[in-house]
Amino acid sequence: MNPGPLLFLASFFMMSVSWLGFVLMPQLQIGRQGQVDVDGQLYPPMRPGMARQGEQVYRANGCFYCHTEQVRPKGYGSDVARGWGGRPGVVQSVAQDYLYDRPVMLGSQRIGPDLANIGDRQTNELLLLLHIYNPQLTMPKSVMPPYKFLFETRKLMPGEQLSTNALPVGDANPGEEVLPTDDARALAAYLVSLHSDSILFETPPPPAPATNAPGAATNAPASGAAAK
Amino acid sequence: MSAISSPAQPETGDTATPPPASAAEIDASCRAPLLLLFVCAALWLLTASGFGLVATLKFHSPDFLANCAWFTYGRVHPASLDALVYGFAAQAGLGVLLWLVCHLGRTRLDFRPGIVAGILLWNVGVKLGILGILAGENTGFEWLETPRYALVTMFGAYLLIGLGAMRTFHQRREPGLYISQWFLLAAVFWFPWIFSAAGFLLAAKPVRGAMQAVVDAWYFNNLTKVWLGFIGLAAIFYFIPKLAKRPLHSHYLGIFIFWTLALFGSWGGIPMGAPLPAWIPALSTVAAVLTLVPVLGVAMNVRGTAAGECSALARNPSARFILFSVAAYVIAGLSTAITSVYGVSEVTNFTWLVPAQTQLFLYGFFAMAMFGSIYLIVPRLLGVEFSPRLVGLHFWLAALGIVIYAVPLAVGGVVQGTALNLGSGPFFDIMRSSLTFLRASTTGDLLMALGHLVFLLNLAGLLARVARQALRQACADNLKPAEATP
Repeated sequence: MNPGPLLFLASFFMMSVSWLGFVLMPQLQIGRQGQVDVDGQLYPPMRPGMARQGEQVYRANGCFYCHTEQVRPKGYGSDVARGWGGRPGVVQSVAQDYLYDRPVMLGSQRIGPDLANIGDRQTNELLLLLHIYNPQLTMPKSVMPPYKFLFETRKLMPGEQLSTNALPVGDANPGEEVLPTDDARALAAYLVSLHSDSILFETPPPPAPATNAPGAATNAPASGAAAK
Repeated sequence: MSAISSPAQPETGDTATPPPASAAEIDASCRAPLLLLFVCAALWLLTASGFGLVATLKFHSPDFLANCAWFTYGRVHPASLDALVYGFAAQAGLGVLLWLVCHLGRTRLDFRPGIVAGILLWNVGVKLGILGILAGENTGFEWLETPRYALVTMFGAYLLIGLGAMRTFHQRREPGLYISQWFLLAAVFWFPWIFSAAGFLLAAKPVRGAMQAVVDAWYFNNLTKVWLGFIGLAAIFYFIPKLAKRPLHSHYLGIFIFWTLALFGSWGGIPMGAPLPAWIPALSTVAAVLTLVPVLGVAMNVRGTAAGECSALARNPSARFILFSVAAYVIAGLSTAITSVYGVSEVTNFTWLVPAQTQLFLYGFFAMAMFGSIYLIVPRLLGVEFSPRLVGLHFWLAALGIVIYAVPLAVGGVVQGTALNLGSGPFFDIMRSSLTFLRASTTGDLLMALGHLVFLLNLAGLLARVARQALRQACADNLKPAEATP
């Protein structure tokens, strides 16, 4: 007997099992999610165009190698204790939050803080731009490299005033100003757009005080809870 | 010999089938494509090291090359990883795979022009991909960063090489299948399946929302644990018995490892707490823990084969690489199982322990198995031996390099994770202090880079020696008749 075809079928079978279980099953469960109505507003909202461009800057420069965009449930790790959470309940990031992310950049390492809710913590785009230009200006202990290539330095004409969007940086020569490029402004707009704080069915608000909900560490959405 | 070849006759049903090829014929047929694969792999390895050093130096001085968009951390870091996986690991792995398929089947390498074209195209694809990443065309999916045009090129190239492997396998003159052939044949198919599935679902017709993260994790886990795992284990199960000069401890344990690794290895990779339905990370954790079964199986099978021979084996520099790779495989498997458990993952996930584990697997296990195999294969292709001193030098640089890289990062990861998740110190203070460990690991990066240089020089030196000999031979052959005529 020639064992070749048998071996082919065997590995095809194992491969299919893995694909069916780990790609098709999740796809059937969360692959067709749509926006949900939260108090008359659709969640998640489409990002504004500028933020969508900023998402591509975030992707192109690999920000997701150092920053995650996922908050673990309260009590699992210290994500919520560090103020990265956006929701009052136990469950934090859920699949619904990523509906319009192209691509989804969950990240796998936290060399910098989590950014899933940076738009809740920092709404001042100028400070974000300053941080991107030179992180040590806003956070002296930051280990993040500067992204000065997202900015341009322009010579001022004699007697010319600083532009309204010039960065207040100390290290610029007198007679010059530092301006954010479109990419930098788009990136800041994207960061401001990052917040996942709507209360959904799968992220219930905390119950009446002094009761700890059981199963605190799961974040199963509706159908997952039914299946489990 | 005839006793082996006679049962093969009715199986193929072809009266004109050639007899099994001799080892020398097989090596002659493999020479050009395999040398091309190994030299390209060595060049990519050095490239990966270069990018990796640039990336790690940014943690010593954030301003290093900071004003050049092409060399920002988020671009050189993935460029380094992809050069390592697609440039080095895939090519070295395919070279070893082709050689093993030929030798275990006692048949010459078939479809050689196609394979050579495939190798050249693969290198074009990887180069396009790396340049694309540096230019900012990263797809955003970890381990599948190369842009769409590079993915398509690489897929086409793989089909050519894979077709060559298939045709060679089909023409084998050995009816029974050795356990390595199980792993190799599955590996030939596994890669195009996962690569096309992930490429289609992420790059061509992206699935919606968080599903992208699921597909990406599924792809990475299959790529490393199954595809690279299969090729590395095939080499280990072939060379350890050869070097120890005794048969493999247990064939059936090998088959058991094959099934369990294919089943459990292809399900893991999603950590607890991920923003997905809870059954996905839960199932993933179960699979990661059950992967202990094949990992311990490998340890038992190698131990049973090499028991009592280890000190003799360790005197052979090529065998040292392979023994190291077995040890790294077991340690990496154990640590992956432990750190995927609920309470441990809470502390270690997202820390420096994650890259330490990945590198221990990719480098400590896979690359070391490939180095050992290449040092055993190339002398047979060329008929010239490597200098054992230089091979030993490469071994010590590579082994010390990966240990000095992985141990500080693993310790740093645990320290960082404990401080972050169980303590309450400010995030930036904890990150700053964990950088000490990363900076220590840079020494390991440097040693590995030196090792890669020695590896490339070893290969180049051997090729130069062969070329010089051939040239001298050709001169002598051409001059002789000229002298004889008058």
